[in-house]
Amino acid sequence: MNNWKLNLFLLVLALAAPMALYPVFLAKVLCFALFACAFNLLLGFAGLLSFGHAAFLGTGGYVTGYLMMNSGLTPELAILAGTISGGLLGAIFGKLAVKREGIYFAMVTLALAQLVFFIYLQAPFTNGEDGMQGVPRGELFGLIDLSDNFVMYYFVLAIFVLGYWIINRTVHSPFGQILKAIRENEDRAVSLGYNVDQYKLIAFIISAALAALAGSTKTLVFELASLTDVHWHMSGEVILMTLVGGVGTIFGPVLGAGFIITMQNYLSGGEMGNYIHIIMGAVFVVCVLSFRSGIVGQFMKFKRDNFN
Amino acid sequence: MTQPTQDFILETRNLTKAFKGFTAVDDVNLNIQRGHIHALIGPNGAGKTTVFNLLTKFLQPTTGSILFNGDDITSMKPAAIARKGVIRSFQISAVFPHLTVIENVRIALQRKEGNSFHFWRSEKILNRLNDRAQELLEQVGLGKFSDTITVDLPYGRKRALEIATTLAVEPELMLLDEPTQGMGHEDVSLVTDLIKKVSKDRTILMVEHNLHVVSELADRITVLQRGAILTEGTYDQVSANPQVREAYMGTAADEVEAENAKQAAAQEKDTEVVA
Repeated sequence: MNNWKLNLFLLVLALAAPMALYPVFLAKVLCFALFACAFNLLLGFAGLLSFGHAAFLGTGGYVTGYLMMNSGLTPELAILAGTISGGLLGAIFGKLAVKREGIYFAMVTLALAQLVFFIYLQAPFTNGEDGMQGVPRGELFGLIDLSDNFVMYYFVLAIFVLGYWIINRTVHSPFGQILKAIRENEDRAVSLGYNVDQYKLIAFIISAALAALAGSTKTLVFELASLTDVHWHMSGEVILMTLVGGVGTIFGPVLGAGFIITMQNYLSGGEMGNYIHIIMGAVFVVCVLSFRSGIVGQFMKFKRDNFN
Repeated sequence: MTQPTQDFILETRNLTKAFKGFTAVDDVNLNIQRGHIHALIGPNGAGKTTVFNLLTKFLQPTTGSILFNGDDITSMKPAAIARKGVIRSFQISAVFPHLTVIENVRIALQRKEGNSFHFWRSEKILNRLNDRAQELLEQVGLGKFSDTITVDLPYGRKRALEIATTLAVEPELMLLDEPTQGMGHEDVSLVTDLIKKVSKDRTILMVEHNLHVVSELADRITVLQRGAILTEGTYDQVSANPQVREAYMGTAADEVEAENAKQAAAQEKDTEVVA
């Protein structure tokens, strides 16, 4: 395997990218890439379709935002707190959802996420529709000022690499093996003596915590936490990113997130801005109809068919 | 501690499963003797698979109890029953299709390693199971296929893999749900031989439609009809029972008929030789 060579190349690319592209945009891509990777841990490797992941993204964002504005914590601690909050919320969601399968699982997660949405809409500390504005980025470890966009980007990159590594490790761990077995044939996993609900729950918590990590980081990047991140549109968008990139591949969601965010940014600036949802919808339809394994999945299939 | 029940590895007492207005399994008392291959036969809809699902707790019985080695396991969960040593197969081949053949077996071996929740460790630690997994694959004739993605295996070999996976957890009691269903002749004899081979030191309870397979393998046969036990005995006893022959209408009856004719012919031959 020369996977590590590819990873090294991508890392160098990511390190050099701010020379050519706007660092805030790149940081945004990385945040969503992490979000999509976290989501894909569930869908791609445990076969669980969550339709409520926005709740974790948003919770991470609000908790981190609130702490940055009110507590004087340093950013890394505020992000940690956001991540843990997402994990705890994930434990509650997961506990209730893993007892159900298929569409019912998705519906339970959606319903809970809507509940969370309305709580944030009403709660005074979120500022409702206005959102939490002017969140300070603070100083990393109390030393490094993050207000510079370049510095912020490298901080986000470090968090992304960490999150990506955790997901990669989880997938390629003894636990990951059982997760894949459950995805492949749940009844068989049960009949071999595995308590599948527990495995699903742990996967759900890891996924939720990492989604919250992405949300926390995103709040610092934009100095803003808003209802957009908790809205069910966001839960849908992450499904789209994962599908476009390639569900069940480690790197697919990163590409998918990059693709969707780039498209959104590009389109919303131009005169096509009004049609953005139509175009996204079309992309989704094309993706589902003609290349269901996504960009990476399709690429790997091509490689397998032609080079083996 | 040896009680009389210890001769029986599995017993059911008045096992009953009622769905809304329909009794799928009706007061079934099964006694599976240790070391036997015990077959459960009966026409379609007789409740064979329901009995299986009850025994492995994929369904909860309405009334009655299930004893494994004398212990009441009626209220245990499916995964817990599996951990006790009762491992089942399914009607459709129960494999993990997009994993490699060796990974399939390793997943079964992994449980006893106690690291299945370790998401922070590398899966490389599982490589120490490879030798044992390979050994099991050789045993079912899949040694060459260890790195094949399971979905690419032909059907009969998938069932062989399933048996290897089941053996990996060293079950005391194997429950096989129609192991030869949907197979061609070659695969049927492959799987039959395999079952015979692995039945040493084990007890097997199987649901099977193919009477030829049953006659070849089973030490004891229970015939179910409309959820209740019709009769029980050896193949000869059961196949001679007029009620059984009546229950097996259509093709299955023909099969019994054909089987008997064959045996009669064989016997005739023997007598001729003697004469």
